[in-house]
Amino acid sequence: MRFSLLSVARQGLAGNEGWPEQWRSPEPKAAYDAIVVGAGGHGLGAAYYMAREHGLRNVAVLDKGWLGGGNTGRNTTIIRSNYLWEESEAIYEHAMKLWEGLAEELNYNVMYSARGVMMLAHNTHDVQSFQRHVAANQLAGIDNEWLTPQEAKAFCPILNIEKTIRYPIVGAALQRRGGTARHDAVAWGYARGADRLGVDIIQNCEVKGIRRDASGAVAGVETTKGFIATKKLGVVAAGNTSVVMGMAGVRMPLESYPLQALVSEPVKPIMPCVVMSNTIHAYMSQSDKGEMVIGAGTDAYTSYSQTGGLHIANHTLDAICELFPVVRRLRMLRNWGGIVDVTPDRSPIIGKTPVPGLFVNCGWGTGGFKATPGSAHVFAHTVATGEPHPIAAPSISIASAPGG
Amino acid sequence: MLLIPCPWCEAERPELEFRYGGEAHVARAADPASVDDAQWAQFLFFRTNPRGLHAERWRHVAGCGRFFNCLRDTVSDRIVATYKAGEPRPDAGALATGGAS
Repeated sequence: MRFSLLSVARQGLAGNEGWPEQWRSPEPKAAYDAIVVGAGGHGLGAAYYMAREHGLRNVAVLDKGWLGGGNTGRNTTIIRSNYLWEESEAIYEHAMKLWEGLAEELNYNVMYSARGVMMLAHNTHDVQSFQRHVAANQLAGIDNEWLTPQEAKAFCPILNIEKTIRYPIVGAALQRRGGTARHDAVAWGYARGADRLGVDIIQNCEVKGIRRDASGAVAGVETTKGFIATKKLGVVAAGNTSVVMGMAGVRMPLESYPLQALVSEPVKPIMPCVVMSNTIHAYMSQSDKGEMVIGAGTDAYTSYSQTGGLHIANHTLDAICELFPVVRRLRMLRNWGGIVDVTPDRSPIIGKTPVPGLFVNCGWGTGGFKATPGSAHVFAHTVATGEPHPIAAPSISIASAPGG
Repeated sequence: MLLIPCPWCEAERPELEFRYGGEAHVARAADPASVDDAQWAQFLFFRTNPRGLHAERWRHVAGCGRFFNCLRDTVSDRIVATYKAGEPRPDAGALATGGAS
C-alpha cells in the first residue's frame, strides 16, 4: 500500500487497523540470482537498486539478526559530503543527492533534515585544514563555507565561544545541505521498497559458510536455514566483513573497532543543527524526539563486543559540556556501541574480489550512515554488472591487492 | 575499560595506563630489500581481525614503559593471558581448560 494523503486519511478514519505489513517474512528459496549478506541500510539499499535499476528481482538479503539492527541502528545519523579528496567527494556527494530525493523515491518518510553540519576548528592546523576543505569543495561544486566564531554562534546559539575554555573555537566549516535522517526509517524504507520489487528479506538467517564450485567461483551460502544457491554474492557485513570474507578464504585490509554513541533525556528544541569537533571527539545534534544525540570516538583496541569503554564516552562528555554548557545537567538515557570496519586509509572498499561472483562493500569506518544511498547505489551496479561503478573505480580494488 | 595485567609489573592496572599496539606477532621481514610489494602490503595493511582470540601488543606507557603481548577474546573483551614480548603465544586450548580462574 502506497502512503498518500488519501491512504493516511482513510486508515486514520478506520482506526489505523488496516495497515498491511511493510514487508514479507519469507522462507528462503533454493536459489537466487543474487544474495546480499547484511540487512543494514547499505545492504537493503543495494538490493533495492539491483531490483529497481538493474532488473534483478530474484534477490535475497540475509541477516543473522534483525534488519537495521547493526550500525544502521547505532549511529548518530550525521549526513554531509564536504570531504577533501575527489574520490570521497564523488561518493559522498552522490549519496547526498540521493538523500535529497530519497523520501519521494521510496514513498517513505526518511526524515532527512538539511539542518546544516558545522565542524569546529580549535587550532591553527584545524583552520588551515578546514579552509582547504572549503576551497576544495567549492571547486567541486559542493557547498561548504567558513564561519568566524561569532557566525558559528549565530548559527548554533548554545555554542560556547569563550576564549577561556580549554579548546576555544577559532572558526568553523559549515555545510548547510548537511544534516540528519531517521536511521530506522532508512532501513525500513529500503526494506519495504525492495520487498515490493520482489526481494526476499530473510532475517535471523546467519551465513555460516560460502560454497564454491570446481572453478573456485561462488556457488552459494551455507546458512542457519540451510544451503541457498547463488552465483552472485554481495557482502555488506560492516564490522563482521573479515569474518564473512574469511569463509571464502579472502583476507581483508580491515580491523573492527567499537564506536560509541549516547543520548540524553529529551528536552525542548535547543539545537538547530549538527555540530562536530573531530579534534576533541565530540559530535552532537538533537533528535526530533528532543534527545541530545552524542557521538564519541572509537576504542583503542579491536573488538566485536558492540560496547565500548566508559572512559571514551566520558572523554566525549567532557568536551560536550565545555562546548555546550547548557547541557551540563542533562541525564544520559542510553549508551551503546557499534562495530565499525576500518581500512588503513579510512576509505571504503566497493568492488570485486579474487573470487569470481564474490563482491564486497566495506570499510566505511566511522562514516557509513551518510553514504548509505550512494554506497547502496554504487554497489548494486557492481554486483549487477560484475564491474566497479565509475565512482568506486578510482579506488584500488582488492582484486589487485596482494593476497587479498 | 579493560583491567590489564602487566606481565612485567605483575599487577593489574586500568587500561588508561596502557597504549594499544595493534596485532602481535606480525614480523617485519628480516631482509627488507628482498621483499616485493605484495609482501609489504601484507605486512603493512592486512590483519587477522578475528572474532575470538586475538593476540595483540600493549605498552605500559604510564607504568614500566615496556611492551608485552595479550590474548584477548574480541567478543567478550575478556583477557585470557598476557605475556612478555619475545615469549611465544600461549596455547589457547590449554588456557581454556586449565586457566579458568
